[in-house]
Amino acid sequence: MDVGWFLAASALIFTLGAAGVLTRRSPLVILLCVELMLNAANLSLIAFARMHGNHDGQIFALIVMVVAACEVTVGLGVIVAMQRRRLPIDVDEMQELRG
Amino acid sequence: MGAVLFFVAATGAVAGAIGVVVLRNPFYSVLALVGHLLSLAALFLLLHAEFVAVAQVIVYAGAVMVLYVFVVAYVGGQAEPLGPRAGHGLKAAAAVLGGMLFILLSIATLGSGLGFMDTRGAVVPPSFGSPTEIGALLLTKFVLPFEIAAFLLLIAAVAAVVLARRRGGLSAVEEQARYSAMDMLRPTYTGTMAEAVGDRRELPKSPPPEPDEDDRS
Repeated sequence: MDVGWFLAASALIFTLGAAGVLTRRSPLVILLCVELMLNAANLSLIAFARMHGNHDGQIFALIVMVVAACEVTVGLGVIVAMQRRRLPIDVDEMQELRG
Repeated sequence: MGAVLFFVAATGAVAGAIGVVVLRNPFYSVLALVGHLLSLAALFLLLHAEFVAVAQVIVYAGAVMVLYVFVVAYVGGQAEPLGPRAGHGLKAAAAVLGGMLFILLSIATLGSGLGFMDTRGAVVPPSFGSPTEIGALLLTKFVLPFEIAAFLLLIAAVAAVVLARRRGGLSAVEEQARYSAMDMLRPTYTGTMAEAVGDRRELPKSPPPEPDEDDRS
């Protein structure tokens, strides 16, 4: 398959993730959509690594996976803390810091 | 063969992504993301990224998704009302903006005129993307990012424990549950610092425990 097809699939997945971040209200689902966007970026990186025939893009994708795992850990910790304090699990309700 | 595999895997990945965004129940969203990640691993295999594909399945579809499922079970996977605040006009605007973002990204990548875009990529040896090559690179050329990633994971683990721990110590109920029948048989000062220094005075009554932080709100 041509590399361009992979890039098109990556763009589509990234768009879906961005739309999810903008439209959903549950922080859990927003974290899932951020994962979608990170994965789309990973697909692009690996497609470019294949295109150039060296491994740098694949290493970059691995590091992105590490960062995504960290982001999930901290995000889920925040959600658990919200649940403990009986705060509403809804990003529209969390507006204490709004200016 | 490659084309068939690509279209099957890409369809699965896009369908999983749509499922994540559209499904109301967070639990089903997590399951859709697992399907998406498995399809994406197949795409990685088509791009000769074997090690990344295996890491994707083990780390993402295995470990991270288990974490998600646990948190969804803890928070309670109540169906989210997508409802009244976002009207139909906003939804149409979101769809239009999403389409525009897709077109923009497609122009940015496909229209860049890169030389290899319409080919299958550079000619690579069969060992391209194997664990041997990736491991050798991680320990030579990319050893600094590798170490930083390890440190970042440690920081994130500590941060998660700090964020999710129970504040204010044990609650009164748990404190009560720690007493056993043996406590009635021995004086209050047994096993305390007062006994260790030979001070046999009776301990004062302990003040009532502070209300736990969970019970406030």
